[in-house]
Amino acid sequence: MAVGQNVLRREGYEKLTGAARYIDDIALDGMLYGKTVRSAIPRGRVKTITFDPGYDWSRVVIADYRDIPGDNYVALIENDQPLLAETEIRHCEEPILLVAAESKREAEIAARRVIIEYEESAPLLTIEQALNSDETIYGSDNIFKRFLIARGDVDEGFKQADHIITGEYRVPHQEQLYIETQGMIAIPAKDSMTVMGSMQCPYYVHKAIKQLFNLQDEQAIVIQTTTGGGFGGKEEYPSMIAAHAALLAHKAQRPVKMIYDRSEDIASTPKRHPGIIRHRTGVMSDGRLIASEIEILFDGGAYATLSSVVLSRGAIHAQGPYKCENLRVTARAVATNTPPNGAFRGFGAPQVTFAYELQMEKIASELGIDPLELRRVNMLREGDITATGQRLTWSVGSEAVLDAAVERSGFVEKRRTISQNNSGAKRRGIGLSFFFHGAGFTGSGEAKMKAQAGVEITPEGRARVLAGSTEIGQGTRTIFCQIVADELGISYDDVEVEDPDTSRVPDSGPTVASRTCMVVGRVIQLAARESKDRLLQFVAERFGESEVKLIEGWFTADGKRLVRFDETAREYVNLRGELRAYARYASPPGVEWDDDTYSGDAYPVFSYGADVAEVEVDLDTCEVTTLKITTAQDIGRAIHPILAAGQIEGGTLQAVGYGLFEELVWDRGRVVNNRLTNYIIPTSLDAPEMETIIVEKEYPYGPFGAKGVGELPMDGAAPAIAAAIYNATGALVNEIPITPERLLAALENMPATDSRQARSDQR
Amino acid sequence: MVHDPAAWSPTSLDEAYELLAERGSEATIIAGGTDLMVALNSRSLDAGEFIDIWRLDELRGVSDEGETVRIGSLTTYTQLIKSPLIQQNLPSLVESSRTIGAIQIQNRGTLGGNIVNASPAGDSLPVLAAFDAELEIGSVRGVRRVEFNRFYTGYRKTVMKPDEILLAVRSRKLKPNERSFFLKVGARRAQAISKIVMAVNVSTTGAVINSINIALGSVAPTVMRAVETESLLTNENLDPTNIERARRTISQEIAPITDVRSTEHYRRTVAGNALAKILHRLM
Amino acid sequence: MKITFQINGVEREIDSPPMKRLLDVLREDLRLTGTKEGCGEGECGACSVIVDGEVINSCLAPICQMQGANLLTAEGLSRDGRLDPLQQAFLECGAAQCGICTPGMLISARSLLDANPRPTRDEIKEAIAGNLCRCTGYIKIIDAIEFAAGARR
Repeated sequence: MAVGQNVLRREGYEKLTGAARYIDDIALDGMLYGKTVRSAIPRGRVKTITFDPGYDWSRVVIADYRDIPGDNYVALIENDQPLLAETEIRHCEEPILLVAAESKREAEIAARRVIIEYEESAPLLTIEQALNSDETIYGSDNIFKRFLIARGDVDEGFKQADHIITGEYRVPHQEQLYIETQGMIAIPAKDSMTVMGSMQCPYYVHKAIKQLFNLQDEQAIVIQTTTGGGFGGKEEYPSMIAAHAALLAHKAQRPVKMIYDRSEDIASTPKRHPGIIRHRTGVMSDGRLIASEIEILFDGGAYATLSSVVLSRGAIHAQGPYKCENLRVTARAVATNTPPNGAFRGFGAPQVTFAYELQMEKIASELGIDPLELRRVNMLREGDITATGQRLTWSVGSEAVLDAAVERSGFVEKRRTISQNNSGAKRRGIGLSFFFHGAGFTGSGEAKMKAQAGVEITPEGRARVLAGSTEIGQGTRTIFCQIVADELGISYDDVEVEDPDTSRVPDSGPTVASRTCMVVGRVIQLAARESKDRLLQFVAERFGESEVKLIEGWFTADGKRLVRFDETAREYVNLRGELRAYARYASPPGVEWDDDTYSGDAYPVFSYGADVAEVEVDLDTCEVTTLKITTAQDIGRAIHPILAAGQIEGGTLQAVGYGLFEELVWDRGRVVNNRLTNYIIPTSLDAPEMETIIVEKEYPYGPFGAKGVGELPMDGAAPAIAAAIYNATGALVNEIPITPERLLAALENMPATDSRQARSDQR
Repeated sequence: MVHDPAAWSPTSLDEAYELLAERGSEATIIAGGTDLMVALNSRSLDAGEFIDIWRLDELRGVSDEGETVRIGSLTTYTQLIKSPLIQQNLPSLVESSRTIGAIQIQNRGTLGGNIVNASPAGDSLPVLAAFDAELEIGSVRGVRRVEFNRFYTGYRKTVMKPDEILLAVRSRKLKPNERSFFLKVGARRAQAISKIVMAVNVSTTGAVINSINIALGSVAPTVMRAVETESLLTNENLDPTNIERARRTISQEIAPITDVRSTEHYRRTVAGNALAKILHRLM
Repeated sequence: MKITFQINGVEREIDSPPMKRLLDVLREDLRLTGTKEGCGEGECGACSVIVDGEVINSCLAPICQMQGANLLTAEGLSRDGRLDPLQQAFLECGAAQCGICTPGMLISARSLLDANPRPTRDEIKEAIAGNLCRCTGYIKIIDAIEFAAGARR
């Protein structure tokens, strides 16, 4: 069995020897270097564009919106974002022009010699401004999208409630900070355009390039190169940078490379949506949630891009893994004159999870109930109904993860004793969070997409996986090989994965939404099964046997070995031609979603998590040290335990960054901390020790029981840390990141008797 | 913006002096490059010519001069950290060197570079200020000495002339009844520019403070000595009342701003807390 | 300017503008693309190389300062195409996910183990504090270096 084993990674060797080729490692003959000329203002119009007459422009290729063969938009959902601005400017860093030159330095110099004069208008830069201003920058009211999720009778519920608790929570922009910046190379040919580079979704890029260059399916070729991290930041943006490189390549009729330097990457590519989330909760004295009203406001930036989908996931997760019969969630994505926000691991869930978990802490505190007890009273268990009316029938690890995290961390005992050791300026605290994450696309997304993948059996008896999913660090190729090896009963070493090249692999959907293992892995398993069935049939006919099995590389009947897998494959291909089997995703039985009422089975299954964070706060400097995080995550089945733990640990540290260190700082619509010296992500000295517990509540419709793991870890650490800080200091900070400056302000705003007394566990 | 700046790499100090006499106004001296190359890479430094002093071994080395220690300007932070002479006699310089960047920066960044770069956030500067260090500056015109605490004339401005090069730093040793303290607060535990950085040298007899030098960075346009707070505490008892007065005085005496890294209020508060903590520890 | 240095055990001479970054000389002139650029400002450590036994950021070192230097890059760690024990430990412990920080991490780890063959976990964290990783949370990287140190007993 390969599944469940820590097999050596398919992608491992090259990455360790420096041989792996990321896009900037590739140089082609005749290649030019491209650079984007971007808007310096957040809102207005381009008045004039002048090319500095003192510069030799004969050595430079210039492209603008008029050079686009197709229509000037980057295909996504609403198609409102231009590839290059025409005259209207809607955000700082909006791309206006492209230049290409013989070297990167020359391209940079040329870009700086383009002089643009603007006519500025007053920008709307925050959610509040967008909602309160008479100016409209999108539609009639600056709202990209609205959702309403309602259950029961909220007003009646509030009447019955013993207590009503309100809270407002704020979350910032967060930058994905993949260590490899965005980059593409475009190669023009007579009737085709090839782009290759750092990306998560080759078929998104494919769709965009086809439209922009009026190409047929097979004329646009998109290839993913080794990608140094994505985390959602390379879900949609690669379409834009690929098309920029392609436009220059098209104009110059030479290959063009574009690689962003870090400051351009941070300043101009999509971020996690910042937001304001308001809770009003009606609670009975025994802790039961009886009514919940939640308002979500996400800042979508200047164009719609993915905001509707982020908002959707946020709204569906807003109530958390808790029962509440009377619920109203109103969610809006708002337009502002800032660079459009987009996908980042979690995709709306980390934002609302911070809010609902802090709200639970607040409720526990005001009612004088233990926060762990409050979770137990309200948690969703098997058979319970979610906010959208979904009954949780399978793979419900909610109680298991909470029990595991609490037990392994010693949470109960530490809550009791932690304050006894607190004296002087260093205060320790421990806090918990409880969360869930729907795996796969929301609602009818997967059913509509019908993701496709295939397995080919080669004449040598090897299996080759054909899927559009990408490896971006999570080990896609490895787990696909494990799944196929076990499905076919052959060795892991005999399975390989075709490169993600749109001319060679089908569209399995994007590598996002925690779907690659659960959805695409499942489709691959079915395709492998289909190819095995064909071979079983072939052998049965050959040998005149009715009950043929495939065991450890041999076809057998009645316990007798008949013929080897590789011999059979060779024969089959010789006689019948290639052996390729494809399968498509179909929803599990009974899974139904209604787009109109926004209700039903939002996801085929949820993954569950619980985090316990231990912190030490230095009251002299308000610095928070995260000492340890214990995390228990129900992911159905760990196909590769080390890779799964790696996802959990990596996502957890990104969430620590979200909770304590990371935010974009703005000045009049432009980012001022767009360098690594001032956009702060955790170093090894800032990372807590972690204890990871993988819980496996198998999901019957995932490959070998697996469901989603990629995003779940992002949801829990920030609120767990905030709860631990509350435990240590008595300050419940409702805005992240909880920088020392914010914590100092929160401590100073507390009544004097509270602030320097650590009140550990009286709630 | 110059595409490919020129550079000379002199192999002797005399050669360097000649180059500086000729090109000093046009050329920028580069040592380990950990500040200058960042500026060059980000295009915020527009320099066409460099004088690379990395080969000048005359500027390396830490030597014991009896009452004083002499540190060559090209001494790296790693060399300071590993030097027994510095560990024993200027322990806060070791502490400060450990907080700069990370190992890659410490292996190349030089004390001289930190001084001449003149950033208000330079992490070694408060230590040198607290020790009343002295700088040795050379040119074709000879060698002169400048008190470290008179070296800076304004934000990123020093008394260096275009044809001069910093040769060495000279400091007295920590006295037998003297203790030194160092504190840096940054946004994270490594690779952080300081929000506030403080060095304190203090000697006491019983409960009385004989002398105290308090120097801070990142709270004013240049490194500064908190002279008001120093005089408040000199010859005073180390007791809770005086410590509280010192906390208030220092937080008002400094001139921090709100910037991308931190707020004025935070810096004032933490300066006071840091000093109070040090004084409480002495008590 | 003509500069001569040793790289991964081989002597090379190049002719380069003196202020060209060592990183660019490695990647462009020598076609050794194992050393990466992640930030251009000495924060991320993806460009780490060992020069005369010390790990530095090659994005901050001008080539004119490399005259006579002895350089080791990620490509120089393995011999005859086989992974060295540190690389093998990274592979088995899951220390590389997307792999972009890996060459720099290996260089910093190698520099540490050369000077300190049995480091504590805290010493390992200090040694890689100048190498940013966004994928792993550092846990398995530290585990791998510990493991390799044990194996080097």
